[in-house]
Amino acid sequence: MGLLEKHGVIERNATLLLTLSLVVVCIGGIVEIAPLFYFQNTIEKVAGIRPYTPLELAGRNIYVREGCYVCHSQMVRPFRDETERYGHYSLAAESMYDHPFQWGSKRTGPDLARVGGRYSDVWHVEHLRHPQALVPESIMPRYGFLADTELDSSAIVGDLKANAIVGVPYTEDAIKNAQADLLAQATLDGDSTGLKERYVNARVADYDGNPAKVTEMDALVAYLQMLGTLVDFTTYDAKANYR
Amino acid sequence: MSNKEIDDLSGTETTGHEWDGIKELNTPLPRWWLWTFYGTVVFALGYTIAYPAWPLISSATPGVLGFSSRANLDADLAAAKAAQGGVIEKIAATPVAEIVKDDELNRFATAGGKSLFKVYCTQCHGTGAMGGVGYPNLNDDDWLWGGSIDQIYTTLTHGVRHEADADTRFNIMPNFGADGILTTEQIDQVAKQVASLSGVEGGAASPEGQQLFLDNCAACHGDAGQGNPDLGGPALSDRVWLYTGTLEGIKAQLVKPTHGVMPAWGVRLGDVAVKELAVYVHGLGGGQ
Amino acid sequence: MRNVGWIIGLAAGAFVALLLSAFGQDSLFRIHMGLVTAVLALGAVILMRLPQVARVPAGVIESNKQGYFDDPIRIGSVLIVFWGAVGMLVGVIIALQLAFPDLNFGPWLNFGRLRPLHTSGVIFAFGGTALITTSFYVVQRTSRARLLSDGLAWFVFWGYQLSLFMAASGYLLGITQGKEYAEPEWYTDLWLTIVWVAYLILFLGTIIKRKEPHIYVANWFYLAMIVTVALLHVVNNISMPVSFLGSKSYSLFSGVQDALTQWWYGHNAVGFFLTAGFLGMMYYFMPKQAERPVYSYRLSIIHFWALIFLYIWAGPHHLHYTALPDWAQTLGMVFSIMLWMPSWGGMINGLMTLRGAWDKMRTDPIIRMMVIAVAFYGMSTFEGPVMSIKSVNGLSHYTDWTIGHVHSGALGWVGMISFAAVYFMVPRLWGRRQLYSLRMVNWHFWLATIGIVIYAAVMWVSGITQGLMWREYDSQGFLVYSFAESVAALHPYYVARALGGALYLSGVIVMAVNIWLTIAGKVRSERPLVAPATVQPAE
Ligand code: HEC
Ligand code: HEC
Ligand code: HEC
Ligand code: HEM
Ligand code: HEM
Ligand SMILES: [Ca+2]
Ligand SMILES: [Ca+2]
Ligand SMILES: [Cu+2]
Repeated sequence: MGLLEKHGVIERNATLLLTLSLVVVCIGGIVEIAPLFYFQNTIEKVAGIRPYTPLELAGRNIYVREGCYVCHSQMVRPFRDETERYGHYSLAAESMYDHPFQWGSKRTGPDLARVGGRYSDVWHVEHLRHPQALVPESIMPRYGFLADTELDSSAIVGDLKANAIVGVPYTEDAIKNAQADLLAQATLDGDSTGLKERYVNARVADYDGNPAKVTEMDALVAYLQMLGTLVDFTTYDAKANYR
Repeated sequence: MSNKEIDDLSGTETTGHEWDGIKELNTPLPRWWLWTFYGTVVFALGYTIAYPAWPLISSATPGVLGFSSRANLDADLAAAKAAQGGVIEKIAATPVAEIVKDDELNRFATAGGKSLFKVYCTQCHGTGAMGGVGYPNLNDDDWLWGGSIDQIYTTLTHGVRHEADADTRFNIMPNFGADGILTTEQIDQVAKQVASLSGVEGGAASPEGQQLFLDNCAACHGDAGQGNPDLGGPALSDRVWLYTGTLEGIKAQLVKPTHGVMPAWGVRLGDVAVKELAVYVHGLGGGQ
Repeated sequence: MRNVGWIIGLAAGAFVALLLSAFGQDSLFRIHMGLVTAVLALGAVILMRLPQVARVPAGVIESNKQGYFDDPIRIGSVLIVFWGAVGMLVGVIIALQLAFPDLNFGPWLNFGRLRPLHTSGVIFAFGGTALITTSFYVVQRTSRARLLSDGLAWFVFWGYQLSLFMAASGYLLGITQGKEYAEPEWYTDLWLTIVWVAYLILFLGTIIKRKEPHIYVANWFYLAMIVTVALLHVVNNISMPVSFLGSKSYSLFSGVQDALTQWWYGHNAVGFFLTAGFLGMMYYFMPKQAERPVYSYRLSIIHFWALIFLYIWAGPHHLHYTALPDWAQTLGMVFSIMLWMPSWGGMINGLMTLRGAWDKMRTDPIIRMMVIAVAFYGMSTFEGPVMSIKSVNGLSHYTDWTIGHVHSGALGWVGMISFAAVYFMVPRLWGRRQLYSLRMVNWHFWLATIGIVIYAAVMWVSGITQGLMWREYDSQGFLVYSFAESVAALHPYYVARALGGALYLSGVIVMAVNIWLTIAGKVRSERPLVAPATVQPAE
């Protein structure tokens, strides 16, 4: 009972109550979050992870803007059914340049962590325009307007810079050429040598099937088509990364 | 604390404070509550000893059970494979054309292929593999790239026009209109010629059309438009169309040819899965 | 003219927003700031045109005599109902969109943009306004002190509403950070931080000048909520704007660290915003309405400290089996399980406060609402620990089970306790003897209860169906269902959920009418809910 009597002290002192509450709620967060920044095994060591190309980044921003994450996860869990349905379970390394992460918490639609390369560009465009035309059971909204909206890439240099500030290894070179790289990746007959030097395995295509302009659809499909494709799992050492 | 009093209804003492008329009873903690709480704490401590839990300097306590969700998955997968009684290994070791001849393997592969097809293919080829505009029907005996099991297996492994695969099946139609290979009039003639092959409305055969077809199209689509599976040239003489199959559609294909892309599944799904799929697709009815 | 300072402040704010709009780097930012300009300017104009001496209704003058500062509370009580109706209307709309996808009208009214509007609308607009309003009410009465400063109170109140407006309009425009429950962009976050710190000062200051020797338990919960939310909000929202004149920013953390920070925030948005704060509400309104002492002071102490200490650790249960390392998942799980009893401490203290007053359940629909609220609180804080068990979560995660859990907490606990608090406050704030109609409260109670039961039951079934279909294997070890088949299977449940939601919403509409007429001073002539016992004829 003594302890409870002493509680009277806290009850009479608002600042003490505030301070103690704050201390009490800080502990758990510190113990759980801080080690993630210094434990070496938090992020697996794998080859192939690179920052998003400017076009992919622009596409990702559209993904965020449209709230795709409210229906789609990007996190394949280490379960048999999920790995058979979607592919290899997701690694922490695969989202290490994701500011913010888009793992999601609800699968109204399927997981998209490994959707890259699983469909054709044309399929994605058709599907985003009218999901039910391809998948009759679908309850996904239509996103045809993306194909009509020209991509506003005027801020792309700023986008890369901001990412560099929060730790994404974009080089000076990459930042300088952001605009050009963006166009090059969405244009079939442009010069994409610089792009491909800066971003390993970057894929060039006329994603939306409309060579006349670079649209938001181009960017979004470019993003979807690279999701989960960076790590080569035939050479990945799973056992080394149990944790 | 002078204002302590006994609450009539419960017979419990109050703490003596009052806020806006609210008093508090000094009821002791319910025992069951306290013990259950202790119980959860004990469970928690035990669990954190058993499983990876407390972060230390450079890693967390691994837990005495040596548990890892990733290792767990690998164990699950191994167990699942074992439960399938070596069939997987047999499929891996058997050429796909032989699988269909072995009853056990065939049944197993068909079931596996059916399941994989639902998960990976129906989005394009539709439930029941009926296809749609731009996505071939896989039930019929009309094949773009050949309907033998080996041909299907190759198509599935490397995909069609899937750039990431060096061995992908590839062939595209020249852009007869925009590249000025044929004049508008010639396009009209050859389109009508093609339409006439299978009785498409507006079709009309003509000697000029026939000649144009032989000169420009036969290489891929066959002399009589019967198709050429080696090149992925669809048959134009049957009534099975990949695209719209109207005169307008045929003309459109000449002016602005479209080509479907079918992803390569070899790397993504692995050889066993692709074999299963090939067996399933081959068995849908149109396999040759 | 009254309010000169405020008018100048608003006009200056509008001017700054106008400048930001003019020099904005992207079109979304320009439009957004244009909207803010309009709202601030409108506020200034309204203040200017306010009559010199406000005509205060008689009842209000009466209730003002206590010396408390109740003006924002009166407006707040109305806004709670308003935001509740709006947030839940959007809930019904998105529920219908999931059943009938043709109801999406892109880009502005697509599910992806409306869902955050719903979640923020109910949590931050409805719930947040309820917290601020009731905390003003409770802290003054239990401290026997006027709020620290009238001006600061107005600033907190309207400043918060402005942040709600910025968040909501931003979502529809497509301005979002893409982190659940933290979607507003950096500048809205900054503004909210200022408002929230002001709130902390206001609340703490009011407690400090209290005339009661002890701080009442409700205020512990409110205070812990305010300070923890400040901490969570600031840390989780740290981000780098692309331009200080643009709408887009990139969060400081990435990947796995961002994920845990987010769910440390997200879980404790539940734990502190939707739980601790509303427990504060319960600790005042329930004993007041029941006219009974709080069951156990000792339980209050233990469950308060245990609750706030343990809650913070539980975030990783949102990341079970993800790329978050196993050790953190274990901690998330065991701390969630330890949370069970501390949560139930609140439930026990609520329910047992009615000891000796159970008969009021029959006669007083407001008590009934409180009881059902606490019961649902108990239920969802039992379900939560169960869902935190890794093997259970393996099934429930990503499915509608989570949605069912959310709404039994949200509709059952958060909604019902807030409604009860509004029913309690409004007659007193406007000096009315009673509500316009108790029978309508009873209607509200039943509509809401049936709505919740339908919603929760249907989502359990649909969530478990979904989870099982995804992992269903046939005898040969092959997956049985395509994803699309699982989508098709849920259709009937989605229709039923929309129906449950519509019932719940109609309860809110009934409430709105009741509150409106109560404020207008009307009283419905109706039979009492329970006929007096004396009319029983002798045999
Ligand atoms: C209302 C929920 C909802 C929203 C919002 C939504 N989707 Fe979907 N999505 C679905 C459903 C359901 C499916 C499964 C049926 C289908 O294929 O259409 C799906 C399927 C997909 C697929 C195919 C995945 C696969 O492996 O089959 C892709 C790609 C996709 N969505 C991308 C997006 C993008 C990009 C956005 C945002 C611009 C988005 N979705 C928004 C519900 C949604
Ligand atoms: C992105 C959409 C897409 C997906 C997914 C897809 N396909 Fe295809 N598939 C196509 C297209 C388009 C063609 C036609 C290629 C062409 O035009 O030559 C095709 C062709 C084929 C062919 C050759 C048909 C012929 O007539 O020769 C087979 C067999 C086939 N697909 C099977 C499958 C199987 C099995 C799967 C799943 C593992 C699958 N497809 C997934 C789009 C797809
Ligand atoms: C270099 C090879 C090549 C030549 C030459 C060629 N085609 Fe094709 N054609 C193709 C291929 C490959 C396709 C299938 C496109 C696909 O698979 O998506 C095709 C498709 C078509 C189709 C659509 C079939 C359907 O089922 O919808 C028509 C019609 C057609 N070609 C007509 C012609 C005509 C007429 C000519 C000559 C003027 C011609 N093609 C010359 C390769 C060729
Ligand atoms: C009329 C009442 C309501 C209806 C019809 C409704 C409907 C919905 C729907 C359809 C969703 C999306 C589910 C999904 O994506 O699958 C949702 C999500 C959500 N709602 Fe409601 N809702 C209602 C009331 C409330 C209330 C009162 C609250 C909180 C106080 C609330 C909090 C939430 C939250 C937090 C989510 C997100 C859940 C998650 O991400 O896991 N809702 N609601
Ligand atoms: C002891 C108390 C509780 C525990 C341990 C708990 C635990 C959980 C768990 C395990 C999930 C599922 C996470 C996932 O799989 O994604 C969850 C989700 C959720 N819970 Fe609780 N819960 C508790 C109480 C509550 C209460 C009282 C409310 C509401 C008022 C609530 C609101 C939510 C919300 C909104 C989500 C959805 C988060 C999201 O994914 O968007 N919880 N909770
Ligand atoms: Ca969620
Ligand atoms: Ca934010
Ligand atoms: Cu949680």
